[in-house]
Amino acid sequence: MSGDHASSPVAARVRHVEALLEGRGLLEPDEIDERIDALAAGGTPANGAAVVARAWVDPAFRERLLADGNAAIAELGFSMGGALQEQKLTVVANDADEHHVIVCTLCSCYPIALLGPSPGWYKSEAYRSQVVREPRAVLREFGVELPASTRITVWDASAESRYLVLPRRPPGTEDRSEEELAALVTRKGLIGTAAV
Amino acid sequence: MSRINDVGGMVGFPPVVEEPDEPRFHADWEAHVVALNGALLGRGVYNLDEFRDAIERIPPGEYLAASYYEKWFRAITTLLAEKGVATPEELAGD
Repeated sequence: MSGDHASSPVAARVRHVEALLEGRGLLEPDEIDERIDALAAGGTPANGAAVVARAWVDPAFRERLLADGNAAIAELGFSMGGALQEQKLTVVANDADEHHVIVCTLCSCYPIALLGPSPGWYKSEAYRSQVVREPRAVLREFGVELPASTRITVWDASAESRYLVLPRRPPGTEDRSEEELAALVTRKGLIGTAAV
Repeated sequence: MSRINDVGGMVGFPPVVEEPDEPRFHADWEAHVVALNGALLGRGVYNLDEFRDAIERIPPGEYLAASYYEKWFRAITTLLAEKGVATPEELAGD
């Protein structure tokens, strides 16, 4: 490093490349800022939570969701087409006998449209390497203790194909509204590293 | 042939660590890298498969040492050089 950017050499290099590309007409002057604003306004786990809450209160929707994730989330105004091409969405439902968990062993593929940006641990080599070998142990680290009789299925996402976990509806929530139910659903629940 | 990114099932990595209250980005430059990548993909300077490949062929030692968005930035500059947009020297600011 040249030593002229004491705090963050990589930040300075990024700025340099942006200026270079702007000079070559490959970036508009405000384009980066506009794109950063758009990122901030993009998907959040509330989207995935809304999908889950609808599936909990509407058995017919749940059936459509498990049969064709892309078509079902479109009913709620969501789309997996945020990237350059639409990704296939497969929704996998937990029940008493089976618990699902998602990973991208090769990198970080993730349903961003429904969950927002992925957490750091999801992208870590630690999670990617271990959850396919010892899912029960990894889930235990997250505080998810499953009975030995519960089968764990791990889904490995790819560029073209993404997954979302449909957690089990917590007991005692029969009187809750759809909005109240959505508020119970966490990002980890939608990945499978939490019960809900 | 698998490359260093293909870590599924590999042993020896440390336990999974969750960062409490993790921010969306840990520094402004990370958001800039994501935006920059979107702009270049959108213009067709390279495509998503080429971008992924450029990450996956980072030499193993550097791949494992780099943060997530450092890998992205490295892949972007690799592709800009390979596509003839700028020389490695220009990209490095030398």
